Amino acid sequence: MSYLPILPVLLPAGLGALILLLLGGRPGAQRLVSLAGTAAILGLGLQLLAMAGQGQILVYRLGNWAAPFGIVLMLDRLAALMLVLTGVLALAVLAYAIGSGWDRRGAHFHTLWQFQLMGLNGAFLTGDAFNLFVFFEVLLIVSYGLMIHGAGTMRLRAGVQYIAYNLAGSTLFLAALGVLYAATGTLNMADMAARVAQMPPGQGGLVGLGAVLLMLVFALKAALVPMHFWLPATYANAPGPVAALFAIMTKVGVYGIIRSATLIFPDMALLPALLLPAAGLTLIVGQTGLLGARSLGRMAAFAALGSVGTLMLAVAQLTPQALAAGLYYLLHSTLAAGALFLAADMILTRRAEAWLRPGAALPGGLAVLYFLLAIAVTGMPPLSGFLGKLLILQASWQSPAMVWIWVAVLASSLLAICGMARAGSVLFWASRGAPLPVARGPAPALARAGIGLLVAALIALTVFAAPALRLAEATAAQLMTPSAYVAAVLQGQEGVK
Amino acid sequence: MEFLIASAIGMLTACGCYLILRSRSFAVVLGMTLLSYAINLFLFASGRLAVAAPPVLGQGSAPGDPLPQALVLTAIVISFGMTAVTVMMALGAHLSGGDDRIDMPRADRVPPEERE
Repeated sequence: MSYLPILPVLLPAGLGALILLLLGGRPGAQRLVSLAGTAAILGLGLQLLAMAGQGQILVYRLGNWAAPFGIVLMLDRLAALMLVLTGVLALAVLAYAIGSGWDRRGAHFHTLWQFQLMGLNGAFLTGDAFNLFVFFEVLLIVSYGLMIHGAGTMRLRAGVQYIAYNLAGSTLFLAALGVLYAATGTLNMADMAARVAQMPPGQGGLVGLGAVLLMLVFALKAALVPMHFWLPATYANAPGPVAALFAIMTKVGVYGIIRSATLIFPDMALLPALLLPAAGLTLIVGQTGLLGARSLGRMAAFAALGSVGTLMLAVAQLTPQALAAGLYYLLHSTLAAGALFLAADMILTRRAEAWLRPGAALPGGLAVLYFLLAIAVTGMPPLSGFLGKLLILQASWQSPAMVWIWVAVLASSLLAICGMARAGSVLFWASRGAPLPVARGPAPALARAGIGLLVAALIALTVFAAPALRLAEATAAQLMTPSAYVAAVLQGQEGVK
Repeated sequence: MEFLIASAIGMLTACGCYLILRSRSFAVVLGMTLLSYAINLFLFASGRLAVAAPPVLGQGSAPGDPLPQALVLTAIVISFGMTAVTVMMALGAHLSGGDDRIDMPRADRVPPEERE
C-alpha cells in the first residue's frame, strides 16, 4: 500500500504546527517554510495526478482497517485533478500574499494557510462521508480565521455573517448524514453507493431525502441560488489573497455535488431537475450583480458567483460530455477568479477607495492585466474561458433544456462583458487624478510572479486545451462508471483485520 | 419514547430556526446551539432507539449500534468549538461596529455621499 495519498493531508498539518510552535517570532523563516511547503504540496499533487492519470483508483486504508469499517482515502482522477488545481492556486496566491506584505497584517497567517490546505486536500481525498464532514469543518474553521485576517469593522461583520451561514450548513450536513446512515447503515461512500444501488424500488424515500439534504449542503458551499447570500459580502470584504484562495472554496461544493451525484446517486433523476434551474439562476444573478456592483470587490465576488453558475449548468446535466466540459471550465474559472481577486487587490493598493468611480490614475500595466482577466472571466476569445463556454454549449446540444441553457449562457455573457467594460473604463480611462504614492510590499517581484503564474496557467490551459480536455474526458468517463470505484474499495482488500 | 424524542427534536429545531432568522447575533448564536442539540439527538436516533442495549458485542442478546454515539461525540466537539469561534467573532464585530446586527449595513454596498 502506497503512503503517498495521505501526504497531502499530513504535510500541511505538520507544517502548520511547525510554523506555529517553532517559528513563532521569525517571519522570514515562516515565509520560507510556508512557500516551500506549498510548492511541495503542488509537487505531490502532480505526482499523484501522474499515478491516477493511468486510470487506476488508489485506496489508502487508515490503520489498515477493512473498508466499510475503517476510513479510506481515495485517489482517482477527479481527486488528483482537484489537488493539482488547489496546489497551483495556493502557490500563486501565497507568493502574492508574501510579496505584497498581506501575510504580516495579522497573526498566524501561514499556520492558518497550511491548515486550510490540509482541510481542502482532505476533503478532495476522503472516501468516507463523515470524514468529509470533518474535513469540511477543518477547512471552514480555518477559513473563518483567514477571512478576518487583518481585521476591520466591515470585515468582521461580513465574517460573522459567513460563519453563521456556514454553521447552519454544517448542521444540515449532519442531518443529511444522519438520514443516509439511517437508510443505508453505512458511511463509507463506496459502500453507501453499493447499498443504494441494491435498494428495492419503492424503498428509496429516505435515501431521496438524504440525497436532497446533501445537495442542499453542497449547494450552499458552492453558493448556488438561493443559498448564495453569504458569498458577495464575504468575498468582497476578505483580504485580497484570501478571497483569491476562496475561489477554490466554492469548487469544494461543486466537487461534493459531482462526487455524490455520480457515485452514490447515479440514477436519481431528481438531482438534475433541481440543480439545473438553480445553476441557471445563479448565473443570471451573478452576472447581473457584476453589472450592478458599485465597488471593485463586489464586482469580483459576483464574477465568481457567475462562474459557479456556468460551471454548474454543465455539471448538473450529469452526462459524460457535459461533465468533461464542466471540469475543463472548473480549472479555468478557479484560476481566473483567483487572478481577478489578486488584480483587484493590486488596483486597490493604488487607489484611495474601492468604489467604482473616477480616482487616481493607474499604470498601464495594470490596465493590460485587467483587460486580460476580463477576457478570461467573461469567456471571450482567445482565452480558455471562451473554449470552456463553447464546450458547455456544445455538450448541452442534446439536453432537453438546451434552449434555456444557451439563452442563459449567452445573455449572461453579454451582461458580464458590459459589467467588466464599465468597471474597466471607469478605473482606467476616467481616472485622471494624480497617482497615489504606492505602498510597496516587501517583495513586489514575488507578488508579480504570483499573479503571473496564474495568468501563465490560464494561457497554458488555452494552448494545451486538447490534452486538458482529454484528461477531463477521461475523468468524466471514470466518474460515470462508479462500479470501478466501489470495487476498488470493497473487493480484494489486503491485510484485512 | 419515539414520540418524546421526535417531539423534542422538532421543538428544538423549530426554536433554533426561529432564532437564527433573527437579525441579532446573540439570538443567532442561541439558535445555532439549539439546532446543534436537535441534530445531536437526531444523529443518536439514526441508529434506532433501544433501551438497555449495550453497544458492545457479547454483553446482551441484541447489541445497540455504537456508531451514532461516536458520530454524536464528534459532532458535539465540533459544534462546541464552532460556537466559541462564533461568539468571539460576534463580540469583535459588536465592539468595533457598534451594534450586533447580523446583516451587512448599507455602507457596504453604496458610496458614502449617496446614502440618505
